[in-house]
Amino acid sequence: MTYIRLKNVSVDIPIFNANTRSLKKKLLRPLSLSKISQDKKGIQIIQALKNINLNLTEGDRIGIIGANGSGKSTLLRVLNGIYAPTSGQILSEGNIASLIDISLGMNSEATGVENIYIQGQLLGISKNIIKENIDKIIDFSELNEFIELPIRTYSTGMCLRLGFSVSTLLQPEILIMDEWLSVGDANFSKKVNSRLSNLLEKTKIFVLASHSKDLIINNCNRVLWIENGSIRLDNTSKEVCEQYFL
Amino acid sequence: MLKTGFLDLIKALKLINLVNTLALQDIQSRYRRSALGPFWITISMAVMIACVGVIFGTVYKIPIQSFLPFLATGLIFWFFFSSVISESCSAFIEAERIIKQQPLPFFVYILRVVLRNIYIMAHNILIIPVLFIFLKKTISLQILIIIPSFILVILFLIWIVLLLALLSARFRDLPNTVSSLLQVIFYTTPILWTADLLSELFIFNLLKLNPFYHLLEILRSPLLGTSIHLKSYLYLIVLTFFGWIFSLIFYGKYLKRIAYWL
Repeated sequence: MTYIRLKNVSVDIPIFNANTRSLKKKLLRPLSLSKISQDKKGIQIIQALKNINLNLTEGDRIGIIGANGSGKSTLLRVLNGIYAPTSGQILSEGNIASLIDISLGMNSEATGVENIYIQGQLLGISKNIIKENIDKIIDFSELNEFIELPIRTYSTGMCLRLGFSVSTLLQPEILIMDEWLSVGDANFSKKVNSRLSNLLEKTKIFVLASHSKDLIINNCNRVLWIENGSIRLDNTSKEVCEQYFL
Repeated sequence: MLKTGFLDLIKALKLINLVNTLALQDIQSRYRRSALGPFWITISMAVMIACVGVIFGTVYKIPIQSFLPFLATGLIFWFFFSSVISESCSAFIEAERIIKQQPLPFFVYILRVVLRNIYIMAHNILIIPVLFIFLKKTISLQILIIIPSFILVILFLIWIVLLLALLSARFRDLPNTVSSLLQVIFYTTPILWTADLLSELFIFNLLKLNPFYHLLEILRSPLLGTSIHLKSYLYLIVLTFFGWIFSLIFYGKYLKRIAYWL
């Protein structure tokens, strides 16, 4: 069974400034006579998610929409296990892959091949599996002889092509994306789209945050509308999109 | 909380291949554009040992034959301790992009700092056999004791790295404090001076509390063939044990906050 369950999940993100970042100031605070610095803990907090209850099960194709700063990315990070909820609970089963930053861990001084190993291992792919698939990855990226050069010599598009080829090597059970990936030129884009569709088809739960109506309608069967850190609407994509994209 | 921290360590140990890749990558990217690579440090270390050795040896009127091996081993190991500790402050900070994208056990970044410095030390340590051959200094089987010593040293350092990495992610003025503190420790530890120069002074008893003195002692004496003090081992084992418990509890408590601090 693949699922993600959020029970009353809230996330408070602390905003640090020079004062609250300082150990010296924290240690000296009890001694300080100034009234301003005695304000409780003095750390500003943004409540990014408030009491989210959510149950994602197999077959769910979730679209997440909402204005900038409404909490979409924070929600993705909670689903992905990066942010532990400040309060509430998250339960999940199934391996999760996120295609949010496909240039994860890339080192500009290292060659393409070395970066395949770094990124692959960061994504939890074992060295042997990378070794077995290395030709496949290089072929897909179409980097040919460039693969032996340090990636600082690559163009942005080439880096993305490499990152995409590695990060889509394995089929995850849960796939999380922040906007659709557009990688490379027109030809490569076709390959990217067909590979993504392939992954999507086999993935059990898919989560996509996007601002694009077409993407959401084409790929999702259920949409969450996030507003100010809460779920305003949770319904079929048609229903929610009709209200959201007036 | 002890359990949370411990489980994180176990998960990271299973990813030791990843740690190794990251550590080697750090070294390679640091020295990639220089022809000699990490041997640059070895050379500058050798030059420093030669200069300091000649000057201080003359000042202290100690024969170079015995002072140089003492100084070389002391400086090389101290360089290892101090770079592990100062780099520990940025263990999580430098991994921010990975931490915010891919959930991995945080101990991965701790072990990465330790491992890459072990690799760098492995380069520097080549100075020692060269020096010993040059000075025609003999070694005995006692040298084998360096293996358990080294394991103890690493275990001792890890709890400090853990604590500093965590605190520095939250308090960004800590790295500066740590680097000034390291300066103080450097001069109050017998590295540039030998312990018997001070052994008659009362203050030396205080300096004996300095764990770095003992860390150096247990690494140096197997190499130099001087007598090994069981007390140093005992003192360090006790400190390591309580240090680990303290750090792991602290770490387990704040583990989940790291992503928010970065």
